[in-house]
Amino acid sequence: MEKRVNFKGIWLPLLLVLPQLVVTAVFFFYPAGQAIYQSLFIPDPFGLSMQWVGLGNFEYLLGNAYYRASFVTTAIFSILVTLVSMGVALYLAVLADRLIKGSGVYRTLLIWPYAVAPAVAGVLWLFMFNTRVGVVTWYLGQLGYDWNHVLNGEEAMGLVVVASAWGRISYNFLFFLAGLQAIPRSVIEAAAIDGAKFWTRFRTIVWPLLSPVTFFLLVVNIVYAFFETFGVIHTITSGGPQQTTTILVYKVFKDGFVGQDLGSSAAQSVILLVIVGILTIVQFKFIERRVHY
Amino acid sequence: MSDIPDLECRSISKSFDTFKAVRDVSFSVPQGTFFSILGPSGCGKTTLLRMIAGFQKPSGGDLLIKGKSVLDVPPNKRPVSMVFQHLALFPMMNIGANVGFGLRQRGVNKTDVTKQVERVLERVGLGGVADRPVSSLSGGQKQRVAIARCMVLEPDVLLLDEPLGALDLKLREHMKVELKQLQSEFNTTFVYITHDQSEALVMSDQIAVMNHGVFEQVGTAKELYYEPNTAFVAGFVGEANRFGATVDGKTGDAVHMVTSYGQTLLGLNAGHGLSKGDKIDVFVRPEAVRLSRKSSDVAGMENSGQGLVENVLFNGANSQLILRDQMTGAEMNVALPQTGEFRDLKRGDVISFGWASQQTRCYRAGIEK
Ligand SMILES: Nc1ncnc2c1ncn2[C@@H]1O[C@H](COP(=O)(O)OP(=O)(O)OP(=O)(O)O)[C@@H](O)[C@H]1O
Ligand SMILES: [Mg+2]
Repeated sequence: MEKRVNFKGIWLPLLLVLPQLVVTAVFFFYPAGQAIYQSLFIPDPFGLSMQWVGLGNFEYLLGNAYYRASFVTTAIFSILVTLVSMGVALYLAVLADRLIKGSGVYRTLLIWPYAVAPAVAGVLWLFMFNTRVGVVTWYLGQLGYDWNHVLNGEEAMGLVVVASAWGRISYNFLFFLAGLQAIPRSVIEAAAIDGAKFWTRFRTIVWPLLSPVTFFLLVVNIVYAFFETFGVIHTITSGGPQQTTTILVYKVFKDGFVGQDLGSSAAQSVILLVIVGILTIVQFKFIERRVHY
Repeated sequence: MSDIPDLECRSISKSFDTFKAVRDVSFSVPQGTFFSILGPSGCGKTTLLRMIAGFQKPSGGDLLIKGKSVLDVPPNKRPVSMVFQHLALFPMMNIGANVGFGLRQRGVNKTDVTKQVERVLERVGLGGVADRPVSSLSGGQKQRVAIARCMVLEPDVLLLDEPLGALDLKLREHMKVELKQLQSEFNTTFVYITHDQSEALVMSDQIAVMNHGVFEQVGTAKELYYEPNTAFVAGFVGEANRFGATVDGKTGDAVHMVTSYGQTLLGLNAGHGLSKGDKIDVFVRPEAVRLSRKSSDVAGMENSGQGLVENVLFNGANSQLILRDQMTGAEMNVALPQTGEFRDLKRGDVISFGWASQQTRCYRAGIEK
């Protein structure tokens, strides 16, 4: 049995959780409430008055082709970012796990990208792939490939995915490595002595035992791809060309701050909130069941 | 039984950087033998076993299974199987899948796997549990599943690394007997690692006592118990009273000595050539000491004295007496005879005791590291 600490009265515990409550209230409940409230109005162009429209903002959004396209863009973007960052991280973690000597250096080097702010990461990648002065663009040109993510939507998508995933690899790597090292060596050796080769061991033993970590990372990475990639997209493509990289979060910003359509922007935030809620519930309900803790 | 031993190690060694975990160990294990390696924690048992399994490469020496060197054979190709210190069952597979894992790796078809798994589970007394998850088993049952997982592959040699370590005392006692029975039933060669001398004594045909990376002695349980070759073996296997003493003289194998308490004793030179003035360690087993209420009964024994009962440690058949020699003040542990003859003995009583010089084993002090 776990030992529980009992407090007499309510004031001390309340005091202890108060900072967390305040932070949550100020930075989450208040803005979320504001968003819901504002999503029901359309402000006039000067921001002096607001007109009640009920669910009008939502109706308009769901009927809007650009908005629906942004949904698809977001789905593709999130799936790609999650797959790439988790896939590469897992691959590197498996290599690091097999490596005994020098893994300290390897690990430290791999953690660095995590310390780079998304916007800075975006600029770094932008420099490398700059259509005129980028190093990578130049090499691609030598190979006969004409890179131009400013005009080509697929290339733009590729670039923001890579730049977003890159910053995430170290984080995922650390978790995967910790997960791999938590698997008892003897279990893997038992499989080895029974004749399982590396790939079989990975598939039948390691992967299932790693599933709690994978699941956790899946949730965290999807949330990351949804929300925290704003900086990368803003610096590299600003959502272009032709909205091919405008994910939902970016559209909230664009319509709200650039387009000054605060009502629609607020409605979009509310929709995002609902989506994340649903996604999380779905993940916990359906995927968690297949996880071995 | 063929002449070629199932397993043979020829001066095998393993160093980690400058630390020598296993040094020049040689032994051979004939087919069907229960061979135990007994030693204190950290003496290199697991390292030795892992070299036999193929998880670690020896720094020197050769390793033969059924007469063939296996140094270059990877673990999955060696005809050995291993029960791990913490069993290492696969938690995400049910019992049947665990036991059938190795067979599936060998490409045995599904129906045969199911059949063989069921058969081996029945042999370890767990028929009909194949579909249950591993977590539904008790500690002793998991133990048997781990053994079944190995035995289904019909290895030439089964390696066991302290497989009873995780079980509670009662279950351990029970599994000792069961393991021995399983071994003779399967007639497979077992190499069993333990730091528990009673496990080794009860189950083994042959025991190697290991200390600091070397084998101190290899022999049957009785040989180790009655004729330990070194002070370490004498002290590690079974219980013993131990004194320090100085050699006073020798006649043949008999050693005259003076203990640190100033008592003169007669003992047996069990180690190597001792001479006058040598410091020695002396071992006397508690059950070698005879008790009597009349001093005349023990007067004929080479070593004797009068003891004050300091404590009676009653433990059924394993009861002991702690005596303090009235002349010298030396403390002795003495096993109480199981006849009940001394059941009214209590603290403060005085009793005569004595033991034969043959039971007083002397070793040069300080050679044990
Ligand atoms: N990979 C390694 N690198 C360095 N030293 C090691 C390594 N493996 C084992 N050792 C050392 O070798 C010695 C023997 O270890 P080993 O695991 O064989 O002991 P053991 O007899 O099995 O002990 P226990 O009963 O505690 O399991 C120990 O001192 C240990 O620290
Ligand atoms: Mg060990």
